[in-house]
Amino acid sequence: MPKFSKARELLQSKSISSLELTQESLAASKKAHAELNCYYEICEDTALGEARSADELRSRGENGPLLGVPYALKDLILAKGFKCTAGSKILENFVAPYDAHVVEKLQRAGAVLVGKTSMDEFGMGSSNENSFRGPVRNPVDSSCSPGGSSGGSAAAVASGSVSLALGTDTGGSIRQPASFCGIVGLKPTYGRVSRYGLMAFASSLDQIGPMASDAEGCAFLLEAFAGKDDRDATSSSTPSLAYGQELLRQRSSWSWKGKKVALPRELLNLSYEDEVSKEFAAFRDYLSKEGAQLVELDLPHVSHSLATYYLICTSEASSNLSRYDGVHVGKRAASEENLSLDQIYAKSRGQNFGLEVRTRILLGTYALSSGYYDAYYRRAAQARRMIYNDFKKSFQSVDFLLSPTSPETAFALGSKTSDPLKMYASDLCTLPASLAGVPAISFPSSLSSPSRPVGMQLMAPWFSEMSLLSAADHYSHSCEGASDGHI
Amino acid sequence: MVIYEAVIGLEVHAQLLTKSKIFCSVEIDNRSEPNSHVGVVSAGLPGSLPVLNRHAVELAVRAGIACHCEINLDSRFDRKNYFYPDLPKGYQITQFEHPICGEGFLDIVSDEKTGAKRRVRIQRIHMEEDAGQLMHVASSTLVNLNRAGTPLIEVVGHPDLRTPFEAKSYLKVLHSLLVHAAVSDGDLEEGNFRCDANVSIRKVGDTKLGTRTEIKNVNSFRFVEQAIEYEIARQIAVVEAGGRIVQETRGWDSAASKTFTMRTKEDADDYRYFPDPDLPPLKLEAAWVKSLRESMPELPDALMLTLQNEWGLGSDEAELLIQQRQWLFYCEKLVADGVEPKAAVSFVLTELVGELNHVGLSFSQNPLNPSQLSQLLKKTQSGSLSRRQSKELMIWWMGEPNADLDKKIEAEGWVQVDSSEALGVWVDQVIQAHPEQVQDFKDGKDKILPFLMGQVMKTSKGKAHPQRVSEMLIAKIRCKD
Repeated sequence: MPKFSKARELLQSKSISSLELTQESLAASKKAHAELNCYYEICEDTALGEARSADELRSRGENGPLLGVPYALKDLILAKGFKCTAGSKILENFVAPYDAHVVEKLQRAGAVLVGKTSMDEFGMGSSNENSFRGPVRNPVDSSCSPGGSSGGSAAAVASGSVSLALGTDTGGSIRQPASFCGIVGLKPTYGRVSRYGLMAFASSLDQIGPMASDAEGCAFLLEAFAGKDDRDATSSSTPSLAYGQELLRQRSSWSWKGKKVALPRELLNLSYEDEVSKEFAAFRDYLSKEGAQLVELDLPHVSHSLATYYLICTSEASSNLSRYDGVHVGKRAASEENLSLDQIYAKSRGQNFGLEVRTRILLGTYALSSGYYDAYYRRAAQARRMIYNDFKKSFQSVDFLLSPTSPETAFALGSKTSDPLKMYASDLCTLPASLAGVPAISFPSSLSSPSRPVGMQLMAPWFSEMSLLSAADHYSHSCEGASDGHI
Repeated sequence: MVIYEAVIGLEVHAQLLTKSKIFCSVEIDNRSEPNSHVGVVSAGLPGSLPVLNRHAVELAVRAGIACHCEINLDSRFDRKNYFYPDLPKGYQITQFEHPICGEGFLDIVSDEKTGAKRRVRIQRIHMEEDAGQLMHVASSTLVNLNRAGTPLIEVVGHPDLRTPFEAKSYLKVLHSLLVHAAVSDGDLEEGNFRCDANVSIRKVGDTKLGTRTEIKNVNSFRFVEQAIEYEIARQIAVVEAGGRIVQETRGWDSAASKTFTMRTKEDADDYRYFPDPDLPPLKLEAAWVKSLRESMPELPDALMLTLQNEWGLGSDEAELLIQQRQWLFYCEKLVADGVEPKAAVSFVLTELVGELNHVGLSFSQNPLNPSQLSQLLKKTQSGSLSRRQSKELMIWWMGEPNADLDKKIEAEGWVQVDSSEALGVWVDQVIQAHPEQVQDFKDGKDKILPFLMGQVMKTSKGKAHPQRVSEMLIAKIRCKD
């Protein structure tokens, strides 16, 4: 499969039909799935139908950038008529009764849904090992994790089975797998994309975002589904942009000259894997050469990110996941004897939620309990406000914040499953932007020719997705060839 | 002898009069087929999100204004977490830390005999969603989610009440206010206005509160009074016998007239309240609240004065209209059309309501609109129809509401006769036929006049103009000599 920009050109110039491209994508997806276990479902019949419709529309003069382009959808997002499992046994048989906002928007743009991708259960994990259908393998190195929780989407794109995918990011779940698999992933500003039809993990942090083989793909995806949706009260009415069109328009003129890029000291002092440190240094040199002004600054409260994040996300998750009770939604525990109501709840949830999900529900329940609420949830909410203020202050003087996306490159499957704290530390660089609600992008950087993909993370002020996309696009064009060795 | 006093606080849930649910656009219809009015939001399906109904906010603010509450321009929604099959999300969206209305008060009747009034405080009013309903059928339980997501307000009173009568009065005053402000239909039978009562006792003179029990879901004024009466007596008996009151939730068994234990504090839930991350803080504009304040209808106390002073009604009639808002609205339209208020109210309360009851129609099924009735009553007012005729015409018109009134009057020959010539003939006939009574009247027995008038009306078959007949009788008898 070609990269998105190439696929778009081929389709818009009618050098290839959507049907041909979709058939190619379906074949590649089946192959990728066989090798990597990255899909829960491949939507062959409907995909071919959608591809034919797209070709029909194109023959009648429509020529939108996403028309007829295959994409994959993280299984936390509802597409009507397809199963939506959230990677959980409890939703093994749940069929989505309606379309998520983003799915409606992509349908309108004519994109072709080829499959639902694997993920950590309800988005809880950083390795895609918490899936009820087993771990996903990294296309770059099949002994390694693709990252998580949107590991299936990252693997689907990196393996070349699709050029576009949707992920969701609560504390890094788009950016870290994008980094591990060498693709581009954007977590939009909180409120930029409607969450209607996204199964909630931690509602105040969850955002749907684009994952793609290139920044251009992310831009056109975001263009299709960003904006106010009346069905999500937290979606913002700040106008969204034609990100893709704008990216193309700015491509030749965009430059780092005069841009101020800050390195938060709290993220400089983390213990990075050597290859990550090396690439990070090379990238900073690149920025200087490009004319950017590099400064260091303090985000004093960012050191509390991990504790803050795990209190807030577990608290919200403990409430959000209450609806999977075996009575209304979710698999009910098989009962031969006569179970009491409480036993139905306990058994259905106990048997059908995975270990990580049960752990987080317990932690969140504890943090919200009367007598502990003030010490845990309320303190975390206060700390979050301080982190937000740190970002607000820093963006008064700089255009971007920069860090590696992850302290490490893709790690071996199974290497962290026994140590949750080590696993949680994998998100140290991505959590601050999630807590502050600012947009952040991860894109592959290969200036030092690392042996595995390394992602750089740029963060920008609220609703500044455009500058993140342009910056990532500029990098890949200024270093053409260097960044896409493995795709 | 130890004398006890009761300390009572009420929590009232009232359903708001919105067309659609509080967090989605699904229409509210509690009487329809089970689960026919449920959308993705009220079913709590994965991926669904609540969006606040603006009308519900407006009604909650109106409730606050009616109860003299502070209106909080900043409020917030919280989640109350617990598992129960009538709650599909596993949490109820409510307002816990920052309710939409703060402190307020009600003026209630505290003494049944003297009618003396007392001011009691309201602590807060908050908005929340209702749960669904469970139906137990044979060995299984069915869930009906039609009611899930219906907007409610909960009015939380301070424990200022001291007697079961005060509690009943509080409930009546609150009910009347909410119905008047068109915040709730207050339908008690449908459960649209229901009450939890917190009751404790203490020795008179003590300032510390005793251990309280909560009586859940009482839905009539009478039952609240009875349940609290029972509960006070029960608590006193427990204490007198050397026992201790257990903090618990109790139910009211209206058939047995008893309260009974539902659950004790030990198995009380920890609801793990926290701010609902799906709903941004609710911010009200002061100007909007002001405009609501200005558009409030007259509330019962003020209305009572208007009805007595401006309409000249007695307190019974006025009270009746305050309680029956539909009758009041109808009468207001008649008055606006130029019908004299006292006559309009008297006709509506006796003739119209009486006839509707007689034929088994509710007031809202009344076939005659106010402008029809005012057309009729203005003819009575001008004296061209007698009250008996207008009643008969009303009954006829209710059967044929599309027919023309004037044509009917003409056809019946019911036009009132007021020519001196015709009236003189009937009056003379009656004077001749009843010499004794005429003599009595001559001697100053005024009471006999209605008898004589009745005879003239009878002779004229109801056509005679009563006012003119009366004048003529007086003139002819008293001025004869």
